Parts: sequence; C-alpha cells; structure tokens
Amino acid sequence: MAVPVLAVEGLRLAIRGDEGEARILDHVSFSVAQGEILGIVGESGCGKSTLIRAILGILPRGARIGAGEIRFEGENLLAFSEAELDRTVRGSRISFIPQDPYLALNPLFTVGAQLLESMRRHLPGTPREHREQLTKILRRVQLPDAELALDRYPHQFSGGQRQRLLIAAALACRPKLVIADEPTTALDVTTQQQILVLLRELVDDMGLSMLFVTHDLGVVAELCDRVGVIYAGQSVENGPARHLLRAPMHPYTAALLACHPDRSDDFVGIPGSVPSPLRAPPGCRFAPRCAQAQPACTLRDPALRNAAPGHAVDCILYDAQDGGR
Amino acid sequence: MTTMLQLRDLSVSLGGRKRWLRADIPPVRAVRGVSLTLAPGEILGVVGESGCGKTTLGRTILGLQRESGGEILLDGATVSGLDPRAARAARGAIHYVHQDAGAALDPWWNIGRTLEEALVIQGVASAEERRARIDEVLAAVGLDATARPRYPHEFSGGQLRRVTLARILALRPRIVVLDEPTSGLDMSVQAMVLTLLRDLQRRYGLSYIFISHDLSVVRRFCHNVAIMYLGRVVEQAPAAEIFSNPRHPYTRALLAASPSLEPENRPPAAVPQGEPPSAARLPPGCAFSPRCAHAVAACKTQDPPLTQQGTHATACWRWQELATQLAPVA
Amino acid sequence: MLVFRKFLRDIPAVIGAAIVLLVVFLAIFGPWIAPYPQDASASHLLRRLRPPSLDFPFGTDNLGRDIFSRVILGARGALKVSLVVVGLAMAIGVPLGLIAGYNRGWLSEAIMRVTDVFLALPQLILALALAQLMGPSVESAMLALSLTYWPFFTRIVHAETARLRNALFVDALQGIGAGTPRILFLHILPNALSPIIVRATIGLGFTILVAAVLGFLGMGATPPDPDWGLAVAQSRTYLPNAWWFATFPGLAILLAVLGFNLLGDGLRDLVDPRLRRSR
Repeated sequence: MAVPVLAVEGLRLAIRGDEGEARILDHVSFSVAQGEILGIVGESGCGKSTLIRAILGILPRGARIGAGEIRFEGENLLAFSEAELDRTVRGSRISFIPQDPYLALNPLFTVGAQLLESMRRHLPGTPREHREQLTKILRRVQLPDAELALDRYPHQFSGGQRQRLLIAAALACRPKLVIADEPTTALDVTTQQQILVLLRELVDDMGLSMLFVTHDLGVVAELCDRVGVIYAGQSVENGPARHLLRAPMHPYTAALLACHPDRSDDFVGIPGSVPSPLRAPPGCRFAPRCAQAQPACTLRDPALRNAAPGHAVDCILYDAQDGGR
Repeated sequence: MTTMLQLRDLSVSLGGRKRWLRADIPPVRAVRGVSLTLAPGEILGVVGESGCGKTTLGRTILGLQRESGGEILLDGATVSGLDPRAARAARGAIHYVHQDAGAALDPWWNIGRTLEEALVIQGVASAEERRARIDEVLAAVGLDATARPRYPHEFSGGQLRRVTLARILALRPRIVVLDEPTSGLDMSVQAMVLTLLRDLQRRYGLSYIFISHDLSVVRRFCHNVAIMYLGRVVEQAPAAEIFSNPRHPYTRALLAASPSLEPENRPPAAVPQGEPPSAARLPPGCAFSPRCAHAVAACKTQDPPLTQQGTHATACWRWQELATQLAPVA
Repeated sequence: MLVFRKFLRDIPAVIGAAIVLLVVFLAIFGPWIAPYPQDASASHLLRRLRPPSLDFPFGTDNLGRDIFSRVILGARGALKVSLVVVGLAMAIGVPLGLIAGYNRGWLSEAIMRVTDVFLALPQLILALALAQLMGPSVESAMLALSLTYWPFFTRIVHAETARLRNALFVDALQGIGAGTPRILFLHILPNALSPIIVRATIGLGFTILVAAVLGFLGMGATPPDPDWGLAVAQSRTYLPNAWWFATFPGLAILLAVLGFNLLGDGLRDLVDPRLRRSR
C-alpha cells in the first residue's frame, strides 16, 4: 500500500495554562491517502482546532506534544524546525481553508495583493506568471469575472465568492494536502452545496488530498470518502464514510448519529456533556456518558483496533474480536 | 381549526431615511406581503436563507419592528398599526427567543436576577410568586436552583438556550417565536434542545413560529412550513406535504442542497447558481427568476401570487407544468 | 477572588494602587501624621529656606514652614479638588452620554454638537477665563474644571451606549417589555462602566495636575493653603538655590498623577464581567 499523504499516529498533546494542564488530544490517529477526502468529525471542545494547529505547526505557547507522530509524505513534521515548516510545508505543500471567509481577508487590500503573497514566497516565476496562474485557478473555482477579480477588494464579493477566493488561494501553491476547517459553516445551504460540489471536483481533478474538519454529519455524507470521529480528544472510530454512517460501531458515533434529525423522530440527545480537557476522565473519555460502559472502560489505554477491513474502533466492546465481526 | 394569530399581507420596510442635503437612503423591503396563520398548539416552520426576511418577520410579529403595511390579528383583534410600545403591550402573549442565547443575556446580571426582572417588568408584585414561578420554569427547562447565582458566561451554549427559554416561559406566553433555536449547537445538544422544546410545547400548550434554515430539523419538528425567498413566502404547506411534494423550484433546490445522511435518496434537482441578491436590489418579476432553472419570460416581468390549492400554496407561474415534468420526491 | 488575583499580577497597576492608597491615606490622616501640622498656616521667619535635614526632611520654604508637612497636608486639597471635579463632570457627562447614545433623533445630535464645542475649547484656557470671571479661589477652579471635563464622559458614554443599544440583550429586554429607564440605567450603564471607571481614574490624576497648574498661575488655591501647585509657583523666585522648595511639591504632583494613571490602565482589564464568578 502506498504511503499515505498524511498520517497522524497516537498524537497526545497538552497545553499548560492558568488553570493547569489541559490534555486536549489523547491518542488521535488517522491517515489520509492520495486523492482522498477524510472528514474529521467531532463536537465543539473535541480538539479539532488544536489538531489542525498541530499539523500546521502553529501551536499556542505552553503546548507540549506528549507522544505520537504527524507524518506528511513519510516525514515526521514534529521533527521539523519552525523555519523548515515555514519554507517547505506550511502554505506550500499543506494549505489551509479557513472557516469564516468574512474574517480571513483584509478589507484594506485588494484580493490579488493578498493571494499573490504566498505564491511569491513559495513558487518560482515572475509576478506576471503568478498572476496568470492564479487567474487560471480562479476560473477553475468558477469565480465570475476571474480576470478582474484580483484588482477588487474583499467587500466586492459575496460570501460564497469569498470562500471560492480562499479555496483558490489554498490551491495556488499546488499543495499535496488541503486542510479545510468547517469552510461551509458560515454559508447558506445552496451556497454550501455549490462549494461542496466544487471541492469534490477539485480533489478528483487535481489528485489532492483533503482533511475536512466539520461537525455536520450531513456534509460528511455528501463529501467525504472516509471519516475519523473524535470525542474529547480521542479518536474513537475511523472508517469509510458510507459504511460508518450507516453502521457505526463505537457507541459515541452511534449516539451522535441517533441525534441527527434524518435518523430519529424523537431527538434523544446524549445525556451529560463533553468533559473539560482539564478534568478528563481516565481511560475511555466517553465512558461516563456511555450506555454500554463497563467498569473496565476507565482502565483502558486508548487504542484503535481494526474491527472490519479499513474500519478501526477504539472501544472495549470490540477489543476481544480483533479483525472480526 | 381555530386561528390564534393571523398575518394579512404583511409588509415591512427597513432602514429608509431622509437626510438633510444628502441623498435619501431608500428603505429595504425586507418582508413583502406575507400572509400566514397560526393555530393554538401549532408549530409553524419559517425557512429560508440569510437575508430572506425571516428574522424581520419574527421581530415584526413580536412588535419590536413596525410593519409598513398589512395587518396582524391576535385572537381576532387587530394588533397592528400601533406605536411600538402599544404594539408590544397588545402582543404580550407572544414572546421571542433569540438565536444567540449568550448575547441575549446581560453579562452583568446573574440568572436569578435576570429571570426575576422579567417578572418584575410584567408586574408580578409578590416576591413569593416570583420565586415560585422561577423555580417552576427552571425545573421545566431542566435546570435547578443552583443556576440562579451564576452568570451567563458560566453556562454552555445548550444551557444558555434553556435559560432564555426559562425567561420567557415565566411570562406565560402562548406564542413563542424561536429564531434559529438550534444553530451553532452540536448535534447532541441540538437534539436535547429540540426534545425540550417539544416537551414545553405540549406541557404549556404553546404555539411556535420556528425560524430555521435547517430543513432536516424543520421536517421533523414542524407541523406546517412556509418557505421564504427575498421577503415573500413562495410556498407553504403541511411539513409532510412540502417535503414529499415540493412545488416551487426554490423549495426543490433547497431540498436538493441541504446536506443529508442519505444523499442518494435525495431528489434530483438543480442547485441554483450564484447567491440570492440583496433585498435592496430586487429583481423584477419573480424574485427567484434570475437563479431559477425553469424561468421563462413571464417570470421576469410579473411576480406570481401565492395561490392556494387545498392545504398547499405556491407562488410560481409554472408549478403545475413542472409538477408533471419533474420527478416527484420519494 | 479571581479579579483580585488577576489584578495582583499586574505590577504597574499594583504600584499605581499603592500610590493612590498612600495619597488617600495622607488626605485623611495628614494632620495627625505631619510633623508640624501647624505649618499649614503658621510662619517661622527665623528658619527660612533651610535645606533638607533630619528635622526638616524636605527642607523649609520662604516662610520657614516645613515642606514635608506641607506636602502631606496638600494631599487633602488635591484629592478633594479632583474628586469633586470628576464627580461633577460625571454627574453632568454620564447622563447626557446615555441619552445621546440611546436616542437617535435631534436630541442626540444637539447634545453631541454641544459636547464637541466644549471639547474644542482648550480646557486650561476655559478654566482660566472662568476662574478669572469668578475670582481666584479653589471653588471657582473646581467649577471651571468640572465644566470643562464633562464632555470627555459624554463622548465615552455616548459611544458605549450607541454600541450597547444594538446589543442582543437590549433587544431581548425590549421584547419582554422593559422600559427605557430600566434598560439605560440598570443594563447599559453597568456594561459601559469599564471605560467610565478608567476615564474617571485617569481624570482624577489629570485634575490634580490641572489644579496644580491653576494654583501655579494664581487661579486656584490661595496662600497660605498648603497647595502643591501654589508651592511650586512660590518657589520660582528662590530657584535654583533653594532647589528643594520646588522639587518636593513637584514630585508629589508627579507621583499622584502617575499613580492614578497606572491604576486607571490596570482597571481597564479588570472591569470585565467574565471575571465574575458565582462561587
């Protein structure tokens, strides 16, 4: 099997702050293959944004990686220096699409000035060539009047158009991996659908890989090939999207899906709330809210085990039947 | 079915201002000729994208925004055309729950004082009674007395929704306008909030005007649904009917675009290109026509009226033609 | 107490608070602390202009009075002037700002234009003119300073109120039928408090300075009051030989102004409702 574009293995991360050490990530693992869109799903407070920062190497002060690896095209990014990351990875081979297109562009500068900046830093060629390449990409993301767009200011674009601009910016340096942080949350449904369709086409045409972070299971069903579910900083289940959404294995995934209005009439919800990373329960962090919890859950070291081909679960219920079911 | 609240041809213009020695700012026609009815115990979903006028409609029903045309009737009595204070007083049975529950609470006031204030304003003089009512509504929304001394920033998003619900429940409303009550909530919290809303609706016999953009939720939660586009209701029907048999191309497009756990079961419909224009620059004719895949010349000159057929009303010139052409939804 | 712990970590603010507390302490207990409390008015021509010594740590002035005692005794006057001035300015400026910020019609415009006119006048010149008109005394200086300082409060409160009137919680209050006075004074005012407190604290220091300048120009305190500004004015004729005469009252002014400014800056971060905890 080919080397995955991105592989995160057993990542543990804590941030020391005013109120003590917050163990934000506790054993997160997943991989993204070439040409694949992996959805990272989790509720607020599950550590999604810290995970993105860890991959991009922009962790806040006081953050400490306790264990694990982040391998990008076979190299461990955690061993890279800040300068190396800046020069060879961030913004070039790994790029980022932010959540809110309204906040991501500086209103005082033209779109071109902002988008060409990273091309100038990371790509060879003259400014003129950069402009031409970028215009081509803008046309590719179906921005109307792509030729004129670079000389306009952000307020002259609608929300959906701004998101297209940011997608174009993310593609400008021909990345291998694009990380998208809830890029459609701020958009209306029809615009969201347009953007999702576009992202799928771009990934397929350009052979990209994409890490798509979201809390919306419906969007995952529309867009993603595979899904990684994270609860309170622990990877609980990784698997093919279609299969995982239809037949979830981990009790948390099952409970989350049961909350979705497409699946249930009576809106059950999950009792309790996500624990603070300052006071995370031992063992499986979902155990205190889990209907199928056993005393041994609190003693368990988190570890994903293959429960079906390409489908890994971290739950005591599947420990015995490694590889089966 | 009895009618409790009725809107007749309601219009709302926002913002227009005459300025001295400067060009006037023309008003934005945020709501254009909306007619709706709400029965006791009914949950009416109002669905549309941002800028479609659904929030303005909610605020106008409450009386916080003044209508510029049309009528509002509550229990058969006209409560529109009044100045804001009188309008609000006449509509005391209607209350509103904001989308951003955290911002709707004064950060300097603890929850107990906030809840008590609402009762003081409404003239509940006896401290005993205020106390009893607060305990009752806190219990009803699933919080307990320990919430009283705490400040808004000490609560999670889901708990804040409960607090804002408790505040208006204490005022004994009959109609509650819920503005995007689930947006920004995690799926598991959203489910709990919806369960709570349904319980409260049954327990207190409330009617809801449920403003949302989430079709999955509206489909499960609402009895009737009105779809809005640029200030007009373009289609209205019982929820089951509108989701199984959408008529307006915009409704079809919304259904096609809204993310679903079973994408393959979704109706095949073209997702409209572009984005809704601003309500300040309304296109002539049917407002949806510039984005509509089925628009013909007539659509661009004349705005179709909302025509009722049984329980189902549609504002489209071509819906009957399209109904035979396009595949029905499963 | 989260608020208190956070404040203690802000070293400049703690220094400022210490200085302010010292000034307040001296203002209250000055007459009992000062070694020669009778030097507020008495004169001793035999010991004129003595340099600092053990008996007279800051030396003596042109009338043989102990400068150390007079600096201590001057704290009360300085603090009184600044408290009255800032208090009066707030009493005028804050309600006007609230009304102007909440109202959107001609009233708001009218209040703000008048405010602008007052802001455009140089404060010291206006105060001088007013003091001249009413005759030099501490009272006229205080009135003059109050009349020139209120527009600062109006401006701040106006901006905060205009921002808060669109806040969702105000909308929610209108929704449950709250009246305008309730919204303005019970909800908007507390939320606008942080910049008001900061401006008031810095204003206290600033007023001490301007009052000293007025005293220096002979428009404020009158001899023989132990006023810091007056002392600096009287010392001019004896410079540079009697350096202590100008230096110690001048340092008192500097320190007091600095203290209030540091405290004001520190308070800015503190007046945040999110630091409130129920337990």
